[in-house]
Amino acid sequence: MTSASPQSTKTLRRALVTPEGFDLGVTLAGAGARFAALVLDLVFILLILIAILVVAASGVATLKDKGVEPIFIGVLIAMFFLRTGWFTLFECGKRAATPGKRILGLRVVSRDGSALSVDQVIARNLMREIELFLPLIMLSFSGAQGNLDGWATVMGLGWALLFSLFLLFNRDRMRVGDMLAGTWVIETGKQKLGEDLSAPQYDAHRYAFSQAQLSAYGVAELTRLEEVLRRKDEAQMWVVTDAIVGRIGWAEHVSDAEGFLSAYYAGLRGHLERDLLFGWKRADKHDSAAPGMPSIG
Amino acid sequence: MTLAPRPSAEPAMQSLSSFRAERAEQWLEFETLLDRAEKKSPRRLTEEELVKLPLLYRATLSSLSVARASVLDAQLLDYLQALSLRGYHYLYGARGQLGPRVARFFIADWPAAARVIWRETLVMLAVLTLGAVAGWRLVALDPVWFDAIVGEMAQGRGPASSAADLRAILYAGDGEFLSGFAAYLFTHNAQIALLAFALGFAFVVPTVLLVATNGALLGAMCQVYFAKGLGWEFVGWLSIHGTTELFAIVLAGAAGMKIGTAVAFPGAKSRIDAAADAGRSAGIAMVGVVVMLLIAGLLEGIGRQTIQSDSARYAIGATMLALWCGYYYFLRLLPAGSNRR
Repeated sequence: MTSASPQSTKTLRRALVTPEGFDLGVTLAGAGARFAALVLDLVFILLILIAILVVAASGVATLKDKGVEPIFIGVLIAMFFLRTGWFTLFECGKRAATPGKRILGLRVVSRDGSALSVDQVIARNLMREIELFLPLIMLSFSGAQGNLDGWATVMGLGWALLFSLFLLFNRDRMRVGDMLAGTWVIETGKQKLGEDLSAPQYDAHRYAFSQAQLSAYGVAELTRLEEVLRRKDEAQMWVVTDAIVGRIGWAEHVSDAEGFLSAYYAGLRGHLERDLLFGWKRADKHDSAAPGMPSIG
Repeated sequence: MTLAPRPSAEPAMQSLSSFRAERAEQWLEFETLLDRAEKKSPRRLTEEELVKLPLLYRATLSSLSVARASVLDAQLLDYLQALSLRGYHYLYGARGQLGPRVARFFIADWPAAARVIWRETLVMLAVLTLGAVAGWRLVALDPVWFDAIVGEMAQGRGPASSAADLRAILYAGDGEFLSGFAAYLFTHNAQIALLAFALGFAFVVPTVLLVATNGALLGAMCQVYFAKGLGWEFVGWLSIHGTTELFAIVLAGAAGMKIGTAVAFPGAKSRIDAAADAGRSAGIAMVGVVVMLLIAGLLEGIGRQTIQSDSARYAIGATMLALWCGYYYFLRLLPAGSNRR
């Protein structure tokens, strides 16, 4: 149906061709985001566990002896399913993400672009047994033995961590579980549509730029300028304004940075987008300007 | 059912400046529809909404395509990319309903997953047996080995215990806390089995060790009881739940061996594809193993304490074994290879 292939393997960008024949492209989640999501999930699990224990303790206190056994069973089973079921159940949902992953903006997808199956979710989460718990077992084991010599502990822990940190050793940021399930974790991206910066601003007409002045920058600078405008940090906008004024040789006085920058943004974007329609994308200010352009009035 | 038409006051024209204004409404409509669709079951969407979803998805994809070629608004591109990706996963990531999925697990997927690893199962059974023989021989040679093998699980039993003490443990029907004990046994054994499976990834070696250790434990205990002439009673005590539990442990080891060998010897496939193929079916087998251990825990925690007759214990153990073998290897409810995903 679809295919995703490792291309440009240095970055985290991977191809994803939809059945419509369009390369949508996905960005793999970095190690930091993955770790943060895991920590969040573990915190949630811990909080629920504490809640369960508090409820159980109060139950034991009120019911006395009669209630002990059912409560004991309930707590044991709940702990087991919390530990093994949390990740699987959430990743089987429509968003294919645990609460931690959702907060970080991640989701699990099938590596070949097909639908994520329950089998895959189960397989990827069963391997957490060695990724999360093996190092803990190693530590507690050496702690219990006490007299085990230091090197054995270090070797055991190192061996266990080899699985835990597997994700750092491959370009696709796959856990052992991801590898065995044929999945990887991608970023879901920005979810909200921002304001349209190219729409005419309130006093944009005050600034008119010549073609030469608009030819001073490329797409990379345009993108940076967009970021600055969206952040709306006054001091930063003045720094950028000064830089642009210096480069394009703007002679008139600039009284408000945002007005000037949004006017220049609109002008530069119109200029570069017109070039784009003629088949020329100027990557940045060091790139050459469009050749043989018909002169534009 | 069509998409909202372009504003008809002006003649239709393609213009970059109106690109966003003309389409933004569709994007937002798609976004809100997805928001609702992801929260609710698809059955609760209206027919109109269901028809609209793929249309809006394609419209968004088309917008992204145009935007990539002609628009230099990075935020807009990110938004459209994320929206298209979300739509793609919603529309093409459909997984069917949970009910039929669970039914298919019991009818087809679970026994099939266990059947696929029959070679590994035999190997693990051999490993367990070898471990048992070794445990038996070692304890027979020198009782000191018993402590080394069984350790803290001895519960006061050992080569030095009297026959009366040993017998007392076999028939200790202390009626309290049975189901609690069953729950404890289940969670403990399930955790061990999951570990045995996951360790298979390390080229099977730790899994083999774990299974062999379990076998040695079994052999050592057997030797102590047989030496005191309590062999028949001990095997009965063990087999009521042991056939299910040991079968589950062997299966867990076999599933681990499957993934370990797939990683070590991928054959014609790439290593990563071989691992992915093995991982999926082995994962299914492991869910089955957890179910088996749940049943074993109930048999051990409740059945063993309340059923004191040796022949009844043997009967239950043998029946369970026959049921499992029949379920996995003989009873094929669906023909092999029928509609499996």
